[in-house]
Amino acid sequence: MKHELVERLTVPMGKRDHILGPENASATLLEYGDYECPFCGAAHMLVKAILESVGDRICFAFRHFPLSNAHPHAESAAEAAEAAGAQGAFWEMHDVLFENQDALDYDDLAEYAAILELDASRLIMEIRANAYAGRVREDFSSGLRSGVNGTPTFFINGVRYDGPRAVEPMVAALTYSGG
Amino acid sequence: MSNQANYEQMYSKSPRTALPAGGEAPDFSLRSTPDQWVTLSEFRGQPVIVAFYPADWSPVCGDQMALYNEILPEFQKLGAALVGISVDGTWCHAAFAKDRKLHFPLLADFEPKGAVARSYGVYREKDGVSERALFVIDADGFIHWSHVSPVGVNPGAAGILSALEELQTKKEAAAVS
Repeated sequence: MKHELVERLTVPMGKRDHILGPENASATLLEYGDYECPFCGAAHMLVKAILESVGDRICFAFRHFPLSNAHPHAESAAEAAEAAGAQGAFWEMHDVLFENQDALDYDDLAEYAAILELDASRLIMEIRANAYAGRVREDFSSGLRSGVNGTPTFFINGVRYDGPRAVEPMVAALTYSGG
Repeated sequence: MSNQANYEQMYSKSPRTALPAGGEAPDFSLRSTPDQWVTLSEFRGQPVIVAFYPADWSPVCGDQMALYNEILPEFQKLGAALVGISVDGTWCHAAFAKDRKLHFPLLADFEPKGAVARSYGVYREKDGVSERALFVIDADGFIHWSHVSPVGVNPGAAGILSALEELQTKKEAAAVS
């Protein structure tokens, strides 16, 4: 079987994704991440810096890739972000989760929901009922088939980015690949 | 990627001699625990993923095995079993598997050292460890797909999944005709 040299997204960025930035952006950045992974915590700051620099020209999407054997809270945190998304606050919860990677128990999640003025009991109920487990699994599956071998993994315009994880090279890659 | 430079210094380059797709997979019996053995031919009737890796505890192996641990349900959905093989002994495997909460067997290619890796053409003589090599073996015991990646690079699961999906499509087509 032929093995491609570049890994590409098997599920292109689309309507099902949580997306920040202009729809007609010249370049796209997509991250597969895990809320309990310390490297993703570091990457969160990196993404913020990239968006600050070129956020008006690119759009950014986040997909879940929880390694739940290594990170026992990663799955429920991912589902919490989705549950918050159902209440219109995906990105707000996304930020709070990354800023509190060591406090992701149900009690913590409920507290964050309350701080974000969401319906906390609905959010916890939905997590307990695994209401968004299927959605998280879809992200995970598409990641596996796209060459996501660990977290975080970035894709620029649908192609896996294997360069250094720093603002300058990533902004350069986004700028050049955007044409 | 920072690990890669270290690995390249640590492990010399070796010729690529991995058994290709099409041939029969050499059978083996290896210890999975100090008193249990796993034999490849016992899996006849279902696909088996054989993942050779250089060593327990090394960072890339950890990530690679952690990833496969997460994907086990996907592999099982495709009817496949998974075994990891390295030259580490069973007690080392047991400690590694416990630490990483692995839910699949790690087999000890320990005595004679690397014999199974050698029979698959993925033993690095000079380094005394196996390549980071993947084999997908079909239900009849033939190699359907093989892949060797640089020792420091996590090969991921995309190749395994598409190989298993091919096998499933083949099986379904055979059932129809």
